[in-house]
Amino acid sequence: MNKLSSSVEAAVADIADGDVVMIGGFGGAGAPIELIHALVERFRKTGSPKNLTVINNNAGNGAIGIAALLYAGMVAKMVCSFPRSTDPKAFTDLYLAGKIELELVPQGTLAERIRAAGAGIPAFYTPSSYGTLVAEGKPIAEFDGKHYVQERWLKADVALIKAELADTKGNLTYHMAARNFSPLMAMAAKVTVVQASKVVEAGEINPEHVVTPGIFVNRIVEVQNPQQEEVLLREGVVA
Amino acid sequence: MTTKLSNAQIAWRAAQDIQDGAYVNLGIGFPEMVAKFKPDGREVIYHTENGILDFGEAPAAGEEDWDLINAGKKAVTLNPGASFFHHADSFAMVRGGHLDVAILGAYEVAENGDLANWSTGPGSVPAVGGAMDLVHGAKRVCVITDHVTKKGEPKLVKKCSLPLTGVGCVTTVYTSLAVIDIVNSRFVLREKLPGMSVEELQAVTGAELVIDGPVKDLIVPEV
Repeated sequence: MNKLSSSVEAAVADIADGDVVMIGGFGGAGAPIELIHALVERFRKTGSPKNLTVINNNAGNGAIGIAALLYAGMVAKMVCSFPRSTDPKAFTDLYLAGKIELELVPQGTLAERIRAAGAGIPAFYTPSSYGTLVAEGKPIAEFDGKHYVQERWLKADVALIKAELADTKGNLTYHMAARNFSPLMAMAAKVTVVQASKVVEAGEINPEHVVTPGIFVNRIVEVQNPQQEEVLLREGVVA
Repeated sequence: MTTKLSNAQIAWRAAQDIQDGAYVNLGIGFPEMVAKFKPDGREVIYHTENGILDFGEAPAAGEEDWDLINAGKKAVTLNPGASFFHHADSFAMVRGGHLDVAILGAYEVAENGDLANWSTGPGSVPAVGGAMDLVHGAKRVCVITDHVTKKGEPKLVKKCSLPLTGVGCVTTVYTSLAVIDIVNSRFVLREKLPGMSVEELQAVTGAELVIDGPVKDLIVPEV
């Protein structure tokens, strides 16, 4: 078994028009910049993939990463909890012009919907959003005297995530709070593509330290010294 | 004579009620200030939605690791005994009733504990983040806020006019003028500025203030 891809380009080569793409990261922490930019490059050369649905906590910042996907015109819909950032112009302009769809999901519900998809649970009940605009049209049920909102699983065709270490069997560890949504997204997508800062042989990650087991990972590409979104933003970099 | 508390003083007052050993989530922005006023000798463990328990103060400029941030995407540090976890575990801590206190800001709080703090209505980009989850599950859901809006309108009201974050979820409100508990869908006055009468306070409050037990003087040091 070898899940290694030869390049970031090869790792994202089969993402298709209309795909639902989960992208790991919370702001810049855990954002797989190199995978995203490989996708943007492919679009610039071939016009594909387009009409993507992108699932992330946020909706891009500045002009790199998810914001670069938005500026390139590749995204038809964002599913996120917080489409604001220090520089949210890419998303805000599209949204106010009616050129992009937004599904706003409370952060914990977003995480749990992704987890549920990965765990094969089609729906669940949560107290979050009961009685608010976000719950409109969703089934409500009472458990032990309290109201809960039914939420459905959230699946994807592809997940793009960033790990610290990967072994050749796809076992992953993450760097500090960069893990955020990535272990959940790895479970919820048909194909999970990982950029890892270092790839090691199977057996070199202590099984006790594995955060994402390899069963959830399809493809790995090593990206040494990956770019960090927050650092790029501060440097004013444009993709 | 103090006419109203500063934001720092409101944060100071809220911090006094956080018990030793509490697990606490502070909302983005103003609520983050509460950490500064933790009384000496109390150990408080801070939770952030993006997956850290027991984070500490901001690092020195140039020392940031941008994979080590809080929910406001500001760089933080770790205290001894800190831990990382993914988002589903993070919100299990929230919704599962494991946090002792959540402190949030507000546009409006209604007397039944309804909170509006995420949307000012149409025409802007809506963003909710973790607020709709945080208002469910923490043992105490506290709001810190100016008592009135910039235009002088009450923020404590009979019924919220803005889109709700949560229904019947707020337990205590710390304002620039008073400390108010929400009990049985009523605003129960616990403390008020000593220079202010109950009538004066009532005049800038949009729902009835109930007196049930002693009303203490709200005395806060210059901070």
